[in-house]
Amino acid sequence: MEIFKYKKPLSLMSKSKRFGLLSVAVLVFALGLIFTKGFNYGIDFAGGTLIQVQYEGKAPIDKVRDAIDTDNTYEGATVTFFGSEDEIVIKTKMSSKNLGEDVGDKVRALLKDTGKFEVRRVDMVGAKVGSELREQGIMSMLLAILGILIYVSFRFEWRFAVASVLALVHDVTIAMGMIVLFGIEVNLDILAALLTILGYSLNDTIIVFDRIREGINTIKNPDLGEIIDESVSRTLSRTTLTSLTTFFVVLTLFMFGGEIIHGFSFTLLVGVVVGTYSSIFVASPILMWLGFSVSGYREKQAVKLKREKEKEKMRAMYENGTL
Amino acid sequence: MLLKRLSLVKTLNFRVILFAFALIFGVVFSIPSLTQSEQGKKITLGLDLQGGLHMLLGIKSEIAIESRIKSMAASVKYIFDDEEIIFDELRMVDGEKITFELLDNDDVTKATELLKKELEGTALSQNGLKFSLAMTEAETERTKLNAIQQAVDTIRNRLNEFGLAEPTVAKQGEDKILVEVPGIKTQEDEQRIRELIARAAHLQLMAVDEERNARVSTMSAAEAKSYGNVILPDVNTPEKYLLRAIPVLDGSMLTDAKVGFDESNQPVINFTLNGQGAKIFGDFTGKYVGKRMAVVLDNKVYSAPNINERIGGGRVQISGRFQLSEAHDLAIALRSGALLAPVYVMEKRSVGPSLGADSIRSSSLALMLGFVLVVLFMILYYGMAGVVANVALIGNLFLILAIMSLFGATLTLPGMAGIVLTVGMAVDANVIINERIRELLHAGKSIGKAIEDGYSNAFTAIWDANVTTLIAATVLYAYGTGAIKGFALTMSIGILASMLTAIVGTHGIYQWILPKIDKNKLGFWFGIKKEGNK
Repeated sequence: MEIFKYKKPLSLMSKSKRFGLLSVAVLVFALGLIFTKGFNYGIDFAGGTLIQVQYEGKAPIDKVRDAIDTDNTYEGATVTFFGSEDEIVIKTKMSSKNLGEDVGDKVRALLKDTGKFEVRRVDMVGAKVGSELREQGIMSMLLAILGILIYVSFRFEWRFAVASVLALVHDVTIAMGMIVLFGIEVNLDILAALLTILGYSLNDTIIVFDRIREGINTIKNPDLGEIIDESVSRTLSRTTLTSLTTFFVVLTLFMFGGEIIHGFSFTLLVGVVVGTYSSIFVASPILMWLGFSVSGYREKQAVKLKREKEKEKMRAMYENGTL
Repeated sequence: MLLKRLSLVKTLNFRVILFAFALIFGVVFSIPSLTQSEQGKKITLGLDLQGGLHMLLGIKSEIAIESRIKSMAASVKYIFDDEEIIFDELRMVDGEKITFELLDNDDVTKATELLKKELEGTALSQNGLKFSLAMTEAETERTKLNAIQQAVDTIRNRLNEFGLAEPTVAKQGEDKILVEVPGIKTQEDEQRIRELIARAAHLQLMAVDEERNARVSTMSAAEAKSYGNVILPDVNTPEKYLLRAIPVLDGSMLTDAKVGFDESNQPVINFTLNGQGAKIFGDFTGKYVGKRMAVVLDNKVYSAPNINERIGGGRVQISGRFQLSEAHDLAIALRSGALLAPVYVMEKRSVGPSLGADSIRSSSLALMLGFVLVVLFMILYYGMAGVVANVALIGNLFLILAIMSLFGATLTLPGMAGIVLTVGMAVDANVIINERIRELLHAGKSIGKAIEDGYSNAFTAIWDANVTTLIAATVLYAYGTGAIKGFALTMSIGILASMLTAIVGTHGIYQWILPKIDKNKLGFWFGIKKEGNK
């Protein structure tokens, strides 16, 4: 079976302005959401306690709310269904430092008249740890980007590195916008998902860039736009196929993986779609806008090659004892 | 038939042999994990999958310093009493230093020499006959370090004595303690374990200030302090006691603690003091006959019996209307020693066993479904080339399991997600390679040439893509905590394993079966129509 059979290059670069505008519009929308509505930080980053309770049969959510309300230390606590009708999650900003006096134990005592239930999960994160985790999260994001920037500059050229990182920022920002839009709670797993998107989207971009690098060396015409069109079209089949397989598995994770990894798989779903789009329509035009010159690159490569040859010659002469 | 077989022997190559070894290695070493057999190294399930308690504890090291100062004060008193040096106004100031005053000028040299000899790591400063004794900075630092190490050891001892399977207690960072206890069945058990860990188990024997004790109910804490006393509550009743702040002795001189029963068959704890403790205890009880001595545990008075006579032998009993389980846990805590500094919870995650089982079920389901989808898709799209890629994918999965088993790595829920994701991404290498091969076939290259060039053309792309993903995964591993580390780990292992299976392995398979590939059946072998084949 062949779906994307290469016949002639698509003319993508001539339409790059349109895609650029679309990306900018979505980016502005995403940034607007992030700065106005803001992230819904979960307990990992904000601190607090989460208690997951499963009832035998439908959970009496109103009774639970009433029971929780009787103790005013839990003011502002939220009670919601979790995945199914018999499970609920209680979230509160409270956290207790005392090992003996656990918020989970207290809630268990409060709920004892609401029916038969089992406390299945109690997560408590102190405020200090929360802010530490947040700092660590931001640091890890920046470090990953820095590492990638260095590696890509080393393997390609600095403009490739900047273009791929801009594409990354594009993808991660849009994914974050969607997280805000759908009110997904931001915990450590969402951070992991964002970092995975980083790696994944980069993967896609690198494959396209690798083809462009190859095109620069093999295609006679030094027009970057045409080289990009040719390279993107040549890799289009692979980009879509891999995205599809990844999309499939993430979708199964989203649908069957259980409530706990719902946010994680949702973020990945968005990331796969945006990452694929950006590696086809966004990353390469940036390369062009950054003023990458094919003939300049070729000259540099030629100079490099010449220098290496000279070095080899010198070494050969040295080894032969003529120097 | 024989000839055909021979041709496959001839084309055997190091790549396919390497892949075969990797596959056998993968299957053999993942068997213990898959069958959950008793023998062999296997993957440990994370707390989120098997249920358990994960805690990050902080430590109040300033308390350890304060109690060091307190015991210094007790030592000073003991030394001076022993050497008959007359002193007055022995006080603790702000939990940082102790001050005292000598009454006889002739004692100064003897006192300073004695203190220097007996109390290491202290700095003594003198102003006339007034002295102040503080810890040196190095000693303070050492005390802090010691407090955390001691807390780690003590908590580990307590959990081990409680009879729990494989608890983990480790120092994390500079001043945090990581505690992981798998396999807790109920919330009640969890609560008991938490209390056992948190128990300072700080035992003190303190003298009751009989002269002023009558006024205790109206006395303020500040007033008590001005006499060098402290007010502590009774554990069961609202009664309060006025006690000398500097204890007669503390739990560090205890050698054993056991649960016993008193004459009315109530659980009590009997403990034994070491030689020094027994001597101090004997001397004290001999000197203060007719007065009361309080048994204080974690700043609560458990009993305050009258001293009827000198008590030798160093055997003491704590009674306090205990539940049997409470007495049992308390004896463990006393035996394993007091925490030099109290610990507090910074982060706590507890997962019930049923939730863990649910998580395993749902993520396994997702893994299987994702796997089946990808496998079917690859066969549908690439024909036999898809089958080859699938063989590599299966090899990859076994390798991940085998490597994780050998290292005894922990599989967490995000780790499962990492494996699921690897399934999606590991076939990527084969998609890239197959697309390259198809391209070359369309350009009219021979099958052998198309395969060889396809692999070499695809290599740089796969390499660069994998390295960048590895960079992201490494950062995630270095900065992530607990469960997230598991995700980064499985993804990294998956990527590394895929280099072997998806690149080397499939290449070897093609080279091996090359004589069998029919150039007239490109649709069957590579999923493309024959056209373009010149």
